[in-house]
Amino acid sequence: MSEIIIPEILQGKEPVQSVRTPIRMEYTFTPGVAAQAYLREFGKKKILANVSPVDGAILVPPRGADPRHGVLCEEFVELPHQGHVGSFCITNVPIPGRKDLDLPYISAWIFLDGADIGFLNLVSECPPEDCRIGMRVEAVWKPDDEIGMTAENILYWRPNGEPDIPFDQAGVRGWRYRASENSDA
Amino acid sequence: METHERLSAPLVLEYPFTRTTGPVIGAFLTGLREAILLGIKRADGTVLFPPTEYDPQSSESLYEMVEVGQDGTVLTWTWIDKPRDQSPWKQAHALALIQLDQTDTSLLHAVLVDDVKQMITGMRVTTQWRDEREGHINDIEGFIPIEGSGV
Repeated sequence: MSEIIIPEILQGKEPVQSVRTPIRMEYTFTPGVAAQAYLREFGKKKILANVSPVDGAILVPPRGADPRHGVLCEEFVELPHQGHVGSFCITNVPIPGRKDLDLPYISAWIFLDGADIGFLNLVSECPPEDCRIGMRVEAVWKPDDEIGMTAENILYWRPNGEPDIPFDQAGVRGWRYRASENSDA
Repeated sequence: METHERLSAPLVLEYPFTRTTGPVIGAFLTGLREAILLGIKRADGTVLFPPTEYDPQSSESLYEMVEVGQDGTVLTWTWIDKPRDQSPWKQAHALALIQLDQTDTSLLHAVLVDDVKQMITGMRVTTQWRDEREGHINDIEGFIPIEGSGV
């Protein structure tokens, strides 16, 4: 590539090498029927899931539909506040605007007991090197007087000391495991 | 069925991007910081302003940056009566395509006049620089009419 030719008047000036291009969009978010039901119960420390009318899969958080089949989900069930780590990521790079996250932190797809899909959240009270697929965890909630209709109710998940579930039954790997169990039955 | 008031909450999506500029846009922004306007010359000698790294018709790389005039002509414009919250301009103003002298393309920027009646297609304007500049397009506060220039 040839050199860019710059007029003499700018020679020797400190060149600009970066430019700020922030993007900001302000929305008013109105949750749909399923998300409204979820948030109202979440504000009472209850975790609701949808039940797929096709195969009974438990979907959390509930979105009001089973996206695999394009069908409405109108049935809700309540899930326990414990589960296991289906997969996880250890982050060592800060996110702008999230000064509340101390590095390194662990984000994980938590599979609540009974759920067929993961619930994205933080894992804490666990050194990153000890985090593993299949590790049993429980929710750590905000103090009761700070609970509201917000995803921030659960501060993070921590190991609950129960024995791990086997790797091939953890997270979405459990789908194949359960399918083979069902076909055996 | 139990009835509830509809839930609603503000949601802000924000990315604090910083981009690296490359040599052409970098030189353009360095020029802005120094209150100098740089365009870039095409093979046929015409000048693109603002400068691009490639010729938009032939896709050839472009290399030769040249200083262009700080006065120009309004080619077309629209009136912004109530700027939105995130606009760089708080007052009513025109947004115009301005062709600067010694260039062959136009720049989208504000023409800072108090009243839409002061806007005329073909009017002559000049660059109004900010006192404090950092190498950003907003180093140009806007363009103001050249008094008595007529059309």
